[in-house]
Formats: sequence, structure tokens, C-alpha cells
Amino acid sequence: MGEFKINKSFAEINKKIRDGSVVVLTAAEMIEATKELGPVEAARKVDVVTTGTFGIMCSSGAILNFGHAKPRIKANKVYLNGVEAYAGLAAVDCYVGAAQTSEDDPLNKVFPGRFRYGGGHVIEDLVSGKTIKLEAFAYGTDCYPNRQHESEMSLKDFPDAWLLNPRNGYQNYNCAINLSNKTIYTYMGILRPDGANANYSTSGQLSPLLNDPYYKTIGIGTRIFLGGGIGYVIGNGTQHDPNVKRSENGVVMGGAGTLSVKGDLKLMSPKFLRGASLTGYGCSLKVGIGVPIPVLNEEIATFTAISDEDIFAPIVDYGYDYPEGEGKPLGYVTYAQMKTGEMTFDGKKVTTAPLASYSIALEIATTLKEWIKSGSFTLGEPQEILPSIPFGGFTNF
Amino acid sequence: MASKNVLLIFKSNIMYKPVIYRLARDFDLVFNILEAKILPRREGRILLELRGSEDVIEKGIRFLEDNRVLVELLADKVWREEEKCVHCGACTGLCPTRALSIERPEMKVSFDVEKCVACGMCGLVCPFGAMKDVTLFDPFAEGRHT
Ligand code: SF4
Ligand code: SF4
Repeated sequence: MGEFKINKSFAEINKKIRDGSVVVLTAAEMIEATKELGPVEAARKVDVVTTGTFGIMCSSGAILNFGHAKPRIKANKVYLNGVEAYAGLAAVDCYVGAAQTSEDDPLNKVFPGRFRYGGGHVIEDLVSGKTIKLEAFAYGTDCYPNRQHESEMSLKDFPDAWLLNPRNGYQNYNCAINLSNKTIYTYMGILRPDGANANYSTSGQLSPLLNDPYYKTIGIGTRIFLGGGIGYVIGNGTQHDPNVKRSENGVVMGGAGTLSVKGDLKLMSPKFLRGASLTGYGCSLKVGIGVPIPVLNEEIATFTAISDEDIFAPIVDYGYDYPEGEGKPLGYVTYAQMKTGEMTFDGKKVTTAPLASYSIALEIATTLKEWIKSGSFTLGEPQEILPSIPFGGFTNF
Repeated sequence: MASKNVLLIFKSNIMYKPVIYRLARDFDLVFNILEAKILPRREGRILLELRGSEDVIEKGIRFLEDNRVLVELLADKVWREEEKCVHCGACTGLCPTRALSIERPEMKVSFDVEKCVACGMCGLVCPFGAMKDVTLFDPFAEGRHT
């Protein structure tokens, strides 16, 4: 990789973190710094860029080991505050998924359903220190004779509790619009008919994978901010797809990359893990994630300097196309445009609203920056980076 | 000039009296009907924006109360639970009056109750239950949320 003027390693940056000389900027600050210094000088001066996102991520959940009861039970059905957790694991392990609804939820029978309590809320209650009711049922065996077990438990009573999310942090996402003639209730929020409003998610220029579009520094073992605590990237998320259309700057123009992450629930906070109720759609969890990106060379400096003006989201119709499995882009719009609260589509003004919290995403990036500067958080060098495709390189250094 | 959004509840015994007409005639108030619902012979509800000087608004409200109209300040009925709001902005695309709006560049969401018309949309949209569910125009709603 001798082609770069600046070449830093993870080890060198970690040494600077330990001796307190590291220079860290948030992805928002890096935009200005690179404009001012140029990519080479920016790469020389800045060691780490921190990113952040706080969005609703349905493919999330928690592995809970609830400890052995007396007499022992090998649970095959588990409920937490009336929400089923998957128990097809060893005796007292279970997995509560964020999107699991309460057993007695009327769902969409009276449309649109409200989905007031589900797996995401169980996780939020646990990290808030609340007591939850655990009910376990079993068929009974010689070694695990107990058939029913009930207990009031708070997070500290679980021997192990991990957040374990198969797909988080979508690199980019759709701008959802509804071209049908009725109001629809989706995971992208409530969309009025005839394209009256449009919603977008991701934190744009702060978003983790948009700042490292070819995943050159992110992979299994990357240490991250997760739900207010420390977690790890454990590989690509489900549906990870590096082959999505990219603009000239290498940035994906649609879904693309995803992360699979894990972290100790006991270190997390309800400020960055919130149960969500999506009217007409279901339950979910809002997850705070921050990924540090080491500025190894001027190419990565350029990537991390991406701003909302240069990131495009595909406009997708959720009225007909998406439910039919189509979802072809009807056009593209920049995050800068969507963030103004208005865009033009088909010659008409459309109100745009975000679903991810930009201000909290910024708080996450800033918190991660402070952790790194204080020396308490070093970078985890990935053992293997996420599946990617080759990048031709920038020509204008 | 001050402005206040008030909810007027007319019970059946006073429903067909010309109270609003007298409010318009006798007080120096500009008013704007934001929403109204009449259930014949049972109850009428009007959401009114009152504009005028503070003390004329006060006098107007007293006049209504003297005429046995129940007057509630909208600000006492609709609010945001601050600790539940994560400033995502999801509600801002559907709030018809921009009572909920994004402050740029911080991208924080502010709530101005004086612009609110109690349509209830935000209660449906907010994934975190931060906006009190507004059902001011459903006469059976009162007391249902315990
Ligand atoms: S939708 Fe709810 S949480 Fe999001 S900004 Fe509006 S009130 Fe706050
Ligand atoms: S009830 Fe909510 S959506 Fe409707 S006007 Fe008031 S703040 Fe806006």
C-alpha cells in the first residue's frame, strides 16, 4: 500500500491513545478539517474519526441466561413481562427479539395497532434497572424435572445478558414515500397518500458505514460504542451487500452494508436503547451505535470527510412498489436536501422528516471521541474486514 | 398580543345558547375555530384560538365560565414528556401546524403548544409515547387512560 503519503497502523494509533497524544474528531468536524487542510494533512493530523447513529433497528435482541432454578428446569417456553423469548437453546438460555410482541397484544386486529409493549421494551426495562417477570415452562426430564418456574428479576440477577443484534447500522437507506391513495403505516413511519410526505432514516454524514464505504477498517473485532456501553462488531449483518450502486465518491446509493454487533447489556443505558412502538407495524428497539474509524491514510481521510450534500438516498414508493417486492428507485435525493424538511418530487413539494435522531447520533460520536481521548477506549483491529468490493482510488490528492 | 388555545366544552343544558356570538360581540378578541364537534343534545366541543391582550383573554375566559362553559387550556391537555422524546423528528412530517418542528442546525425537535390544534397525529406517530395521546374530540376518551 505504498501508494499513500500517510500510512498509519492500528498499533501506532493505539499507542497515541495510551500516551494521550491522539487527535480525534467527530465525522461532522472532519468535514471542515479536511476542507481546510486537504486530505493528506488531515490524515497526518487526525488519527480517529468517530461516527454515530441512533435509529430503530428491528433486527436486534438480547441473549439472556436466567440462571438455574431449584429444582432445575430445561425451559422450552419463556416469557418476559408477557413477551415470548425464544427458548430453543440450552436449559436456561433464551433470546428475546426486539420485534416480538406481547402475547396478549391485539396486533393489527383494530387497525392500526399500537404495539405498546414488546421485546424492545423488555430490553429497555432491563437496562433501566426495572424488575421484570420471567415465566418459564418445560416438559420435564430426569435431569431437569421442574415444569414451571416464575421469578421477578432485574438485569443484575441474570448471570449473562448480552445485546446480540444480527443486523444493525444500515449503511444507507430509502427515502420512503407513498404513492397510493390511502394513508399507510410502515416501519418507515406513517406516510400520507399521494406522496404528501417522505421519511428517511440513518444519520447521513455521521453514519458509521457511510464514513468507511468500502469497510476498509471495520470488521470482526472492531470495538464500538453500543447502547451506551462497549460492544464489538462480530461480522457483517444479515443482508449485507457491498454491490449496491455507488456514486463517484464511492458512497452507496442505497441499503448496502450492515453490521452484526454484540455487547454486555449490563454496561448499557436506556438513553441509548429504547423500546419503540410503530403504529400499524409493530415493536422494535432504537439502538445507539458509534464506530471509530482510524484515519490510516489520506484515502480514509477523504472518505470520512463525506457530507450530507454528497450522500444520496433512493426515493422508494411504499404504497405499491415496496410491498410488492419491487422498490425500484424513483429518483435520488441528498441528505442535505431531506434535512431541510422539504424536497421536490414529481414537480411537487413534499415534506420530509427523519426517523433517526441526528442530535443523539452526534452525542454518541462526541462521547466516543471523549472515551478515546481519555485513553479508556482503544481501537480493536478487525481480524477480518466486512465483505467488500475493490475501490479504484481517488485521483485528486 | 397574546394568543391562547382553549378547549370549550358545552354540556347539553347550554348547548344552544349564543355564548360564542356574545364573546365575539362584547370582547375585543380575535378568534379562530381550530376544530369543533357537536354531538346533538349531548355535548359540543370547540377548540378555539383566542388572540388579544392578556387581560381581555382572561376576561373572555371568565365570561365563558360564568356562562357555564367548561374551559380548559390546551396546554394543560397536550404536552410532551421530555424525558421520553429522543428528538428523532418522526412527528414533524405529519404535524399539520408545525407545532412540532425541527430546529436547525442542531436537529432538535421543539414543541409549541400554542400552535397545536390537538389533532392527535403525533400521538399516533411517536414511537416512544412522548406525545400525550390527544383524543379531545372523543367524548368517551376522558378517564379512559388510567
Ligand atoms: S416522534 Fe416522539 S420522540 Fe420523535 S421527536 Fe417527535 S415527540 Fe420526540
Ligand atoms: S396534536 Fe400533535 S400533530 Fe396535532 S397539531 Fe398538536 S402537536 Fe401537531
